[in-house]
Amino acid sequence: MKLKGWKEVTPGAVVTKAGSAEEFKTGSWRSFRPVWLEENCIQCMFCWIFCPDMAIEAKNGKRGVFKYDYCKGCGICALECPGKKGKKAIVMEEEGK
Amino acid sequence: MGKVVAVTGNEAVAEALRQVNPDVCAAYPITPQTDMMQRFGSFVNNGKVKTEIILTESEHSSMSACVGASAAGGRVITATSSQGLALMFEILFIASGTRLPIIMPVVNRALSAPLNIHGDHSDAMGARDAGWIQLWSENTQEAYDNTIQAFRIAEHPDIRLPAMVCLDGFIISHSIERIEYLDDNEVSNFVGEYKPVNPMLDIEHPVSYGPLILPDYYMEFRKAHDAVMSKVSKVVLDVAKDFEKISGRKYGLFETYRLEDADIGIVILNSAAGTTKDVIDEFREKGIKAGLLKPRLYRPFPYKEIGEALKHLKAVCVLDRADAFGASHGPLYIDIASSLYPYEKRPILINKIYGLGGRDYMPGHAELVLNELVEIAKTGKINVVKEYIGVRE
Repeated sequence: MKLKGWKEVTPGAVVTKAGSAEEFKTGSWRSFRPVWLEENCIQCMFCWIFCPDMAIEAKNGKRGVFKYDYCKGCGICALECPGKKGKKAIVMEEEGK
Repeated sequence: MGKVVAVTGNEAVAEALRQVNPDVCAAYPITPQTDMMQRFGSFVNNGKVKTEIILTESEHSSMSACVGASAAGGRVITATSSQGLALMFEILFIASGTRLPIIMPVVNRALSAPLNIHGDHSDAMGARDAGWIQLWSENTQEAYDNTIQAFRIAEHPDIRLPAMVCLDGFIISHSIERIEYLDDNEVSNFVGEYKPVNPMLDIEHPVSYGPLILPDYYMEFRKAHDAVMSKVSKVVLDVAKDFEKISGRKYGLFETYRLEDADIGIVILNSAAGTTKDVIDEFREKGIKAGLLKPRLYRPFPYKEIGEALKHLKAVCVLDRADAFGASHGPLYIDIASSLYPYEKRPILINKIYGLGGRDYMPGHAELVLNELVEIAKTGKINVVKEYIGVRE
């Protein structure tokens, strides 16, 4: 995305459009990546509820893939995931490994 | 036509605020401003204005409430002095960076410690780089006139910045002078109806204020703020022209007094300029070509225009009613020196610190300074560049 010049920014940094957080991609902040293991997922949607951003896609009441553009790697989803029979459906993996 | 009255500076500014009839006022008492907001509070309680008044628990809160009310879409005022302005410091930058045209009379008073309630410029000088417009006023008439003009300047669609109107504590705020008030309808027609930009209360067009701006955009917002500052001078002059039509009183970016053909000159802010003008008249009668320059628009500082107005002089003394501890000189001197630096031929410049904490500035002080300037203009030699005057050894 082309960054705006100083003549184009809104006076006083007022945000005049709703839902513009979608344009603010923070995935590059991440050092750990959550990985979804579908076989251990019971579709409880805890990860979707607890995610502080919008990094988990939800369609028709079901959890979909991670939207890594918005995932800062905080690990809350992996912590909250109850998994199935003691096996987590979300695990954190170090980026770059 | 308006009417002639005998009023104090605080009374006159409170009257100007009544005539403007703002939407919101959030204030906290502090000497010597207290009496101004107390008078305005009476207007609210007596139904003379439709203003919503918010009595806060501190100046930090009053400026915060002003930011909220202005972002909501209101025409907003407050007033303060000294420690109160210092306590607002953090929020001053929020108000200016968010481009909220809040109007704030500042009744200039010394800063603690040591504790002192009297007139000096340390408070407003401390906030001079907060991104606000600053208009300074010599007397009660100017404080009244500047307050009314400040609304038009700050709210101008090209500007949208908060503005301080500075007047000297006690010397002006509590002394009675003869001034002329405008009629209520002249003032309300002059300032016009307030037109908010992106008001939060416009629920059809939801907006967010105060987002996090990271290194990829912060500089663009600062550059935009700087660019707005460079447009203020023109608006100040345009508003002054319109103001002259209703009042007959002329205003510029600064006032010059017998400066055009002068050899020596004094640069001084606010009430002490009046005393200095009298002494300049005495020197003129003796055949000495002395003059004066009194800045009115101090922020943004009109460097070019002031440099042009002073460059032909032989020697100039800048008198500061505040010190900038650890800096080379007083704050006004630094700005004047910057204004003159681009000129190869420029006056010799000296700096006196005077009148701190309400210490009287007497005609004798101006005489001493002018005599020193006469000597400097003759010999080209300076004894000391920066010096406190009227201080005991």
